[in-house]
Amino acid sequence: MAELIVEDKGKKGGKRRPKKHSTRIDMTPMVDLMCLLITFFMLTTAFSKPKVMVITMPEKDQTDKPKDAPQIAANRTLNILLTGNDQIFYYMGMADPKKPPLPELVKSDFSKDGIRKILLLRNKDLFTKIAQYRDNRLTGKIDVADTTADNEIKRMKKDDKHGPIVLIKADEKAKYKDIVNIIDEMAICNIASYAIVDMSPVEAEMLKTAPK
Amino acid sequence: MPKIKQPVRTPHIDMTPMVDLFSVLLIFLLLTTSFRPQEAAPIDTPNSVSEKQAPDNDIMTIFITKDSLVFFNFDNGKDTSTHFRSKLLQKMGEQYKIEFKPAELDKFEKMSSFGMPIKNIQTWLNTIDSKERDKLQIGVPTDSTDNQLAWWVRMARLTNPGAEVALKGDAETPYMVVKKIMDLLQENKVNKFNLVTNLMKDEVTMKDMPNE
Repeated sequence: MAELIVEDKGKKGGKRRPKKHSTRIDMTPMVDLMCLLITFFMLTTAFSKPKVMVITMPEKDQTDKPKDAPQIAANRTLNILLTGNDQIFYYMGMADPKKPPLPELVKSDFSKDGIRKILLLRNKDLFTKIAQYRDNRLTGKIDVADTTADNEIKRMKKDDKHGPIVLIKADEKAKYKDIVNIIDEMAICNIASYAIVDMSPVEAEMLKTAPK
Repeated sequence: MPKIKQPVRTPHIDMTPMVDLFSVLLIFLLLTTSFRPQEAAPIDTPNSVSEKQAPDNDIMTIFITKDSLVFFNFDNGKDTSTHFRSKLLQKMGEQYKIEFKPAELDKFEKMSSFGMPIKNIQTWLNTIDSKERDKLQIGVPTDSTDNQLAWWVRMARLTNPGAEVALKGDAETPYMVVKKIMDLLQENKVNKFNLVTNLMKDEVTMKDMPNE
């Protein structure tokens, strides 16, 4: 876009004046350079920082002495079995071969009407409480800082005595995303207590005979 | 009728607003840029609702690809003068009886994620061609006979006790592979994991609460 500047020739015979130079600066090279730099930065910048989901696992016992598993109320226990292909099976209570009959597996999936419905239904009290608290904050009825609110929600989860205790178990066919999805589902449904545990042989056996 | 002769001028475009805009963009990009780190392998992380940001510093990242290859990364810490990376490599060298030259340590500090048996690391550092170098990235051995990943984690923990652990797994990785690595980390007293995920909003309100 360089500009052609045609200078006026001075009149003949007149006084010789110093040549008038144009004060206009040709900005084309500067623009070129800027374009280049912008393109470079656009391509190399990582705009969105990666997000992380924090999970804390219970410490492993180094000593191999058999410890009693923590007593969990069977009527609150919800077992979720992950087996890949976006399939979930769940059952309530405990599968103890010594105490037949074995609970029946129910098939479910990660969709809205799948496992989320079950979790929300089971966790109705706590979920309503937390949803109300959040709503009150949004509408300005409660005016507290973010950290205070987080602590309050944590306290609510801790005090919860009726919600389900979810045990997440995955077999060899499960993918990493299944685990992440189900933990995510726990966060969405405000489940107070959940744990990732190993699948017992009984459950693996139950999966084999489960309706496909 | 004689025509009035106009001096010949090319059409002139005022580029000032364009330059202004470019300057603003350029300054913005310069200030906000954080360069996208080079990664050993493409990893497609699973989605979650978590909005917690991954820490910038003091983090060791374990990458797990779809093909169950494991890569490792460790940062220099907030204060780059601590040289955590070269210290880590030196410690690993002592463990595996490999002598690293100062130039190699220096080079290692500038690299990012890596994954190869420790005996190949010198070749990797001394290869100039980046394509050749990438061919050496075959994953950190994690089998029980020679679990080098365990040593990397152990030494990284010794070098920077404040380092957190991030797991960046591909969505399609079998869960058992991830579990093996989580077990390994737990054996090294790491009980808190940051699972790197993509943010995907998914909210549930009281309206979604199913009626019995």
